[in-house]
Amino acid sequence: MLEVTGLSADYGSFRALFEVSLGVEAGETVAVIGPNGAGKTTLMRVISGLLPPHSGTLAFEGRSLAGLEAHRIVEAGIAHVPENRRLFPRLTVEENLRMGAYMSSARARFVERRGWVYALFPRLEERRNQLAGTLSGGEQQMCAIARALMSEPRLLLLDEPSAGLAPLVVQQVFDLVRRIREEGFTVLIVEQNVRQVLELVDRAYLLEAGRIALGGTADELKRSDTVRRSYLGL
Amino acid sequence: MDIFLLEAVLNGVMFGGLLALLALGLNLIFGVIDVVWICYAELVMCGMYTIYWLHAVYGVPFPLAAVAAILLVALLGVLLHRIIIEPILGSAPINQLLATGGLLFFLQSFATLLFTTDFRNVGIHLPSLELGDINLGYARILAFAVALVGAAALYLFLARTYLGTAIRAISQDREIMGLMGVDQRRIYLITSAIGGGLAGLAACLLVLQYDVHPFVGLSFGPITFMICVLGGLGNMIGGVIAAFIMAQIIAIGGYELSVEYSEVLAFLVFIVLIMVRPQGILGK
Amino acid sequence: MNRSWIIAGVGLAALALVPFVASPYVLHIAVQILIFGMIYTAWSFMGRFGLTSIGHGAFLGIGAYTTALLWNLYGVTPWIGIPAGMALSVLLALVIGYPCFHLKIVGHYFALVTLALGQVIALLVIAARDVTGGSLGMTPTQVGESIFAFQFPNRTHFYFIALALWLLVLGVWYWVAYGMRRAALDAIGEDETAAAAAGIDVMREKLRITVISAAITSLGGSVLTQYLMYLNPETVAGVGISLQIVFAAIAGGMYSALGPTVGALLTLTLTESLRILFGTHFIGAANTIYGILLILFIVFLPRGIMGLIEQFSLFRGTREKESRLPL
Repeated sequence: MLEVTGLSADYGSFRALFEVSLGVEAGETVAVIGPNGAGKTTLMRVISGLLPPHSGTLAFEGRSLAGLEAHRIVEAGIAHVPENRRLFPRLTVEENLRMGAYMSSARARFVERRGWVYALFPRLEERRNQLAGTLSGGEQQMCAIARALMSEPRLLLLDEPSAGLAPLVVQQVFDLVRRIREEGFTVLIVEQNVRQVLELVDRAYLLEAGRIALGGTADELKRSDTVRRSYLGL
Repeated sequence: MDIFLLEAVLNGVMFGGLLALLALGLNLIFGVIDVVWICYAELVMCGMYTIYWLHAVYGVPFPLAAVAAILLVALLGVLLHRIIIEPILGSAPINQLLATGGLLFFLQSFATLLFTTDFRNVGIHLPSLELGDINLGYARILAFAVALVGAAALYLFLARTYLGTAIRAISQDREIMGLMGVDQRRIYLITSAIGGGLAGLAACLLVLQYDVHPFVGLSFGPITFMICVLGGLGNMIGGVIAAFIMAQIIAIGGYELSVEYSEVLAFLVFIVLIMVRPQGILGK
Repeated sequence: MNRSWIIAGVGLAALALVPFVASPYVLHIAVQILIFGMIYTAWSFMGRFGLTSIGHGAFLGIGAYTTALLWNLYGVTPWIGIPAGMALSVLLALVIGYPCFHLKIVGHYFALVTLALGQVIALLVIAARDVTGGSLGMTPTQVGESIFAFQFPNRTHFYFIALALWLLVLGVWYWVAYGMRRAALDAIGEDETAAAAAGIDVMREKLRITVISAAITSLGGSVLTQYLMYLNPETVAGVGISLQIVFAAIAGGMYSALGPTVGALLTLTLTESLRILFGTHFIGAANTIYGILLILFIVFLPRGIMGLIEQFSLFRGTREKESRLPL
């Protein structure tokens, strides 16, 4: 579904990604793991159109995403839940969801969509008129994911959903991702919490210093020495 | 209470409504796009001249002329953003302020070229409402009422529509607007149109009370900026509150001292208040 | 370095010759170029370090009206009146500057506060019309050629006075640009917090440069009045003249010594040529063009004409570092 080939990108004046290649099939859940500063967030931003790539190709469902602006990529069916949630703090939960459904196709089915999302996230419905900036960390993460789902994406990009959250909440977030997965969504997730995310996904890539160091099924990565030593503390 | 003081206070309230409308337009632009249109009052002047030209010179009925003026100034707002602001959106905000300063010169002088410095009146003289010894011009009352309606309409637009919500959102987190499927550039252009439209609306109301001439912007431009800064630049509610405060200072000052000293007083009050609370009344 | 001195020397000699070769009309313009050049240069002391003021008309007006009023009302010689005006301007600069800088009012906010300042002075002049003549303006009482009254109807004499003052201000420019303060001010312009962390007394540096700017602008206002022998609130206070100062300094190039003077040359020749070409038919043509030019300069040539020349030419002596400051 998503094919990234030889992607290079800059972050400011230095190169953050070197000829990265990866792929995500429809229905899969794939993780990109790696240390801080490896370029994981940069990768997400290039895919969603927030950052222009330097070279390489990016194709979604056969269509090239080259040169498309972020709002067009959303229209193409990719939704990005950014690092640090990035909710609109002075809009209510429901208004944030509205923003997620801004696209005309999503707008038309807003009520239906909203119902589905609230069924998935009952806590959000309770807080629908609360300002998003006043939500707890976990609730904000749920709201951010819910907002992305409002545009009926076919590919969901999750950037470090567990960042800054308490362990119990992290568990809830991952359970949520599991449920989304069960609903049939294709998910590309970037995570530092290696142990938990490898339990969740089908396949994974290891990104180190801007390059793909390893790629394979979740089991393969769990068994790999590199991953065990550096990221699982074994 | 002295009856004429009461009249001054009431006039001040109505003047406040008009100033609030002006402040809303400026604050919208600043809050969303983060630029100060220092030529905002000159845009209003363009609207006033449009109405003069259409109604007083060509006999177009006032309501039609008013609509034309609003649409024209809205278009001017869009052009201002597209031609002057967009190319320098990345550079320091002060540059954008100065570039609109260039437009200020241009509009004032172009108006002088076209219309000379003569004061021109649209020729509509509404009577006054008499409540005992108090005279309140209908023009004033109308301006106040329309300003309130305009403010309410703006509020509803921002609170209830998708576009309005997007406009509120963009000032809270610009960068991820694209992820919502929102074309940032388009939002800026639409906001510029609304800001211009509000200026045009203000022009319709002002033209019923004052003559138009190329430098008429200087009469209410600087005051409007003071009001916006006082209320917290970009804060629309703060701007409205500050507008009524300033209007009262000018009205009561005009009654107790003189019209001219009242304005000096208003500016001095502004300077002092800004020293005390630089972020403005409701600024962050 | 030698070459620059030679060029400067030749330039100075040429300037000294002007009154003897130019027509009275050209001389008249030349005097104004020097005086306005002084004023625009004074503005650039603040502008180039990120303190963009759109209210310098306040200081211009204080200088002009203080000198003229003291003379007309009390017969006080401008030799006292001019410093008095400067003192008042300095006082105002401190009174406004101290709270502003203390509260970190910068950028748009600072510009708008200065706008308010310019307006207050202009409105005050108009309101006190019994004394100042209001919008109609006033004229200093004329006594003919007199050192005591600082009046020199003989243009050549005034020319040399203006030239001397202009050179003095250029001297101040070099002192600011090459003194130890310069690095501190640049640092403040780029990142105040970092500058403060590095031990720079941000407040003192900003106040110092503001005071210098205010004092010289005031001096310029007084001298201009003594030359033109007429003043009104439009020409010395208010938004119009304040923006014109900004425009000229930017167009000429506020990062170089001669830039603002080039700006004066630009604005004066523009106004005069338009007046010659169109007479009184196209009042307002000059400002229309200023307006367009200001926009074009900000968008395409933020370092002004001198900035352009410096990039391409031999005058590398005052090479300015690529600055991330406004403009």
